[in-house]
Amino acid sequence: MEKVLQVRDVSVRFGGLVAVDQVTLDQEKGEILSLIGPNGAGKTTFFNLITGVYKPTDGTIVFKGQDITTMKAAERTRFGIARTFQNIRLIGSMTVLENILIAHPDCNNEKLVPSVLFPRKQQKKRRVIIEQCEELLKIVGLEDMTNELALNLPYGKQRLLEIARGLATNPQLLLLDEPGAGMNSFEKEELTRVIRHITEKMDIDVLIIEHDMKFVMGISDRIVVLDHGSLIAEGKPAEIQTNPKVIEAYLGSGTFEEE
Amino acid sequence: MKEKIAGIHLSSRTKMIALLVMAAILLILPVTSISRYTLHIIVLCFIYTCLTLSLNLIIGWSGQFSLGHVTFYGMGAYITTLLVMNAGLNFFVATIISVVLVAIFSMILCFPTLNLRGDYLAVVTLGFGEVFRLFITNAVNLTRGPMGIPGIPAPTFFGITISGTEAFYYIIFALMVIFILFMIRLNNSGFGLAMLTVKEDDIAAISLGISPVKYKMWAFVIGGGMAALMGSFYAVYLGTIGPTSFVYNESIKMVSMVVLGGMGSVPGSVIGAFLLTALPEMLRQFSDYRMILYGAAMAIMMIFRPNGIWGIDKRVRNEYKIKAMRGVKNGKSSAS
Repeated sequence: MEKVLQVRDVSVRFGGLVAVDQVTLDQEKGEILSLIGPNGAGKTTFFNLITGVYKPTDGTIVFKGQDITTMKAAERTRFGIARTFQNIRLIGSMTVLENILIAHPDCNNEKLVPSVLFPRKQQKKRRVIIEQCEELLKIVGLEDMTNELALNLPYGKQRLLEIARGLATNPQLLLLDEPGAGMNSFEKEELTRVIRHITEKMDIDVLIIEHDMKFVMGISDRIVVLDHGSLIAEGKPAEIQTNPKVIEAYLGSGTFEEE
Repeated sequence: MKEKIAGIHLSSRTKMIALLVMAAILLILPVTSISRYTLHIIVLCFIYTCLTLSLNLIIGWSGQFSLGHVTFYGMGAYITTLLVMNAGLNFFVATIISVVLVAIFSMILCFPTLNLRGDYLAVVTLGFGEVFRLFITNAVNLTRGPMGIPGIPAPTFFGITISGTEAFYYIIFALMVIFILFMIRLNNSGFGLAMLTVKEDDIAAISLGISPVKYKMWAFVIGGGMAALMGSFYAVYLGTIGPTSFVYNESIKMVSMVVLGGMGSVPGSVIGAFLLTALPEMLRQFSDYRMILYGAAMAIMMIFRPNGIWGIDKRVRNEYKIKAMRGVKNGKSSAS
């Protein structure tokens, strides 16, 4: 199968702390891959390496067949990597629709001079943009709330809006950082439906960080486990559930170890 | 589309008529028996409206708290004046050169400050303002220092000499209208939305493919250029400039106008500038208590309307869509 993301021996050090230690992993095209691990395992740091917030100390990241290790974060977004945040980063003072518009490459790339001198000429293009953005809102079920301010949305809907915003950047790979955090079981079902729609109907690959094991086991095609920055296990959900290393990482070894 | 203002529902047509009536009143004022002094104050209101809009672009749209706006304003005034008086250039040519020079200077100035946030940026820009003031005070050979430059000739435009308060009233009024239209269109564009995103959350902006550096830089370049343009007109309008016109108090005054009117708001900038220019003049009869009343008014406003008189809470929702759908019949519109 074709590989959308290839991470090779990637490490990042902050002073003496090795946050991510020689991680190698591949994501296949069309696959939902999950990244799990105890708190502080380096999952979000790993996301930040892929999106370009941090630059790896060692190793390479290849996306869509191109080495993106040194590419800037904003360029990576334009190249097809979108993300959501663990702590939601919507623009609260903007409406639901505007939060999607700012992610649309044709909208946030609009040139100033033509929009100021000939706003009429922009109308047609803008209508297309708005239509596309409203389509995305339909996918996450927020099409009736376009005029609402983002900060007035309930928590679960804010998470869905952030996913729709990521989709508006027209990505090939969507990174979801704890998309289910703070959601009730009903909202998690809706989230599962949205993620399935994204991978199956829109051909976008999804990489998820999540703590809810029921949710992860239900949705993932494959799971990788990080602990203390290193990759300790990789496999199908059923294999991960019974892997002794994973159980040890989460629950401890059960015996008292002297150091 | 209806909007609630001060408890009253106003349709966009009513708002349009109200604006046109206001513009008409402002246009006929100079031919009425209004005093020269009042007219002068209104011209100052126009100038400060333009300055507030340009500073609001930097503070309210791109989120960079600049306390040195007077630098750009004063540089515009001085460069234009020196080009007119020493190089003998036509005022309009000199103005274009000075706007371009100041825009370039703003770009250079903003590079070291791009990574500074909030109060740090405020201190650095404040420092730039002081450097500029000290320079024009001490470079006596060039600027005549504290004596200032008097006798700036009236500008000529294809043989017509522009002089008198009335002429400048109309020219600066036209400039203000252009500035307002520019800011409204910028605000409704994708460029404006991207800039607001950078202001609210630059990490989110990067994750959406928006480069914060680009928008922060453009805010300084455009805002600085606009201020330089106003500085040039201020110089020929008064016919004299000096270092005392460009002290840091002026920057503080402009920031007060932005904050009182409303950050990131075009109507707010106009209201803030008019109020804070006219109010001190109207309070003149209270002589000694003038500044106390002024300060008290500011404090009360900030307690009861911290977002400003016409702040972000009055922002029209989905204006991008409303403007894009204008003129479309039977188009589904979710704007309420």
